[in-house]
Amino acid sequence: MIEITHITKEYDGVKAVDDVSMTVETGSVTVIVGTSGSGKTTLLRMINRLEEPTSGEVRINGASTLSEEPYILRRRIGYAIQGHGLFPHHTVARNIGAVPQLLKWPADKIRSRVDELLDLFSMEPDQFRDRYPAELSGGQQQRVGVARALASRPDLLLMDEPFGALDPIIRTRAQDDLRRIQQRLGSTIMLVTHDMEEAIRLGDRVAVMDAGKLVQYGTPAEVITTPATRFVADMVGEMERPLRLLSLIPLSDVMESGEADGAPLGPEASLRDALSACLWTGRSAVPVEEDGHITGRVTLQAIRSRAELHK
Amino acid sequence: MRIGVILRPLLVAILLAMVLRPDWFRPVFEPFAPAGGPVIYERASLLSLSLSHLGIVALASLAATIVAVTLAILVTRPAGAAFRPLSRTITNMGQTFPPVAVLALTVPALGFGTGPTLVALFLYGLLPIFENAFTALTTLPPATMDAARGIGLNRWQRLIRVELPLALPVTLTGIRLSIVIALGTATIGSTVAARTLGEVIIAGLLTNNTAFVLQGGLIVGLFAVLIYDALVQLEGYLARRMGG
Repeated sequence: MIEITHITKEYDGVKAVDDVSMTVETGSVTVIVGTSGSGKTTLLRMINRLEEPTSGEVRINGASTLSEEPYILRRRIGYAIQGHGLFPHHTVARNIGAVPQLLKWPADKIRSRVDELLDLFSMEPDQFRDRYPAELSGGQQQRVGVARALASRPDLLLMDEPFGALDPIIRTRAQDDLRRIQQRLGSTIMLVTHDMEEAIRLGDRVAVMDAGKLVQYGTPAEVITTPATRFVADMVGEMERPLRLLSLIPLSDVMESGEADGAPLGPEASLRDALSACLWTGRSAVPVEEDGHITGRVTLQAIRSRAELHK
Repeated sequence: MRIGVILRPLLVAILLAMVLRPDWFRPVFEPFAPAGGPVIYERASLLSLSLSHLGIVALASLAATIVAVTLAILVTRPAGAAFRPLSRTITNMGQTFPPVAVLALTVPALGFGTGPTLVALFLYGLLPIFENAFTALTTLPPATMDAARGIGLNRWQRLIRVELPLALPVTLTGIRLSIVIALGTATIGSTVAARTLGEVIIAGLLTNNTAFVLQGGLIVGLFAVLIYDALVQLEGYLARRMGG
């Protein structure tokens, strides 16, 4: 559990982060979202003490981050950033193994951990281990950056706009990968983004920052349906709200028995996907398929009543 | 690239022959020698002069590299930032002072011989190395430096494992310039009795013997060209390894 209490950062009398308190549960993904200059990156960087708080405290599993040298602290906290920040003069294996090496893991343990992570990110170890970062594509570099952050099995993973430099198609894939890997490893992740779409997609909890203050901290559904301030509502976008809400709800929630024509969707697909499929193909219902069997259908009517439920 | 494949071994062969078998070149230099005068410099072996010349350049450049790089490291640390203008001034002064003036001024202190030449070459070599190392250390990729801090490298580890290796290719360019300047400048060391190839050139100038001047000049020139080329190759190799 990460406890942030009354943390403030001042630069020349200007409060970049103003008295923020929040608690992050172990094993969850918390996305800090805000515009540039909102203090979201400063907040994240105070957790591993890349910025020293002016006042306030951060506790990780009960222990204050002030109780040890910053560089020792940072070895327990994974860190991945926009533009990956890989060491260009080290191979992929050395990059990923950087933190375990700092922690003085034995060489064979580092090697097997590197291979394990490359596998996890769908990169063939034999093919990628000895390459240099410049020889990888942008998406591969980004995956190596995240693998490096995960290498020592950190208590916490901090990510600062990790997908910011990727093109939209690769970004969606990277987000899916992160979700999959997070669920598999049960990692605790705090991620900073300016993209509300990404926040809703990835976050168990979404923290909205505005002018240094934490203006709302809740589940994605709460942020969409009951925005705390005008600013949050603007971030979500008035027109986008219903669609964003639907994107959070899996088909399995409103599935009913019955049949429908056309191409089926999986139960983990969202109501937004179903709505989109209905509109595009002129259907009023889509079949739901699980393990190759049609298990039911989702109707336009059901989607509509689910979207109105929050009222 | 292809021309280099042929030219490089050819130049090495010519240089070796000129240093080890100067007699072979008697017909080449004969027309430039005064009538009845000596054609090939024989007062000292060209090999020993070459080695001494290269040794002085190596020693001065090594010292300049150590001092300039250390200085660049110190002033790029947060604590040393205040000394940036000062260190710039010092290295600039080294460059402004003509080597001849340095020789003249240091002879009274160090006496005739190798000492004054070493000092002159050292001072003259500081600036290019310092400027390049300083530029390299202040223009490192910010994301990489941020990540280096973020994953838990301490100051020392960041310097040794990340900053210096990444600054190496650009620093090496400075070292290369400095060495090439020193190779040429070392010849004037012979005016204060340093054992360098300048001895041959000066002997030629004093006796109006163009053959000597050509002989000494060509050997120094070939050393400079070949060493320059070797360092360019090394820089290219390092830059490629770093994905540059």
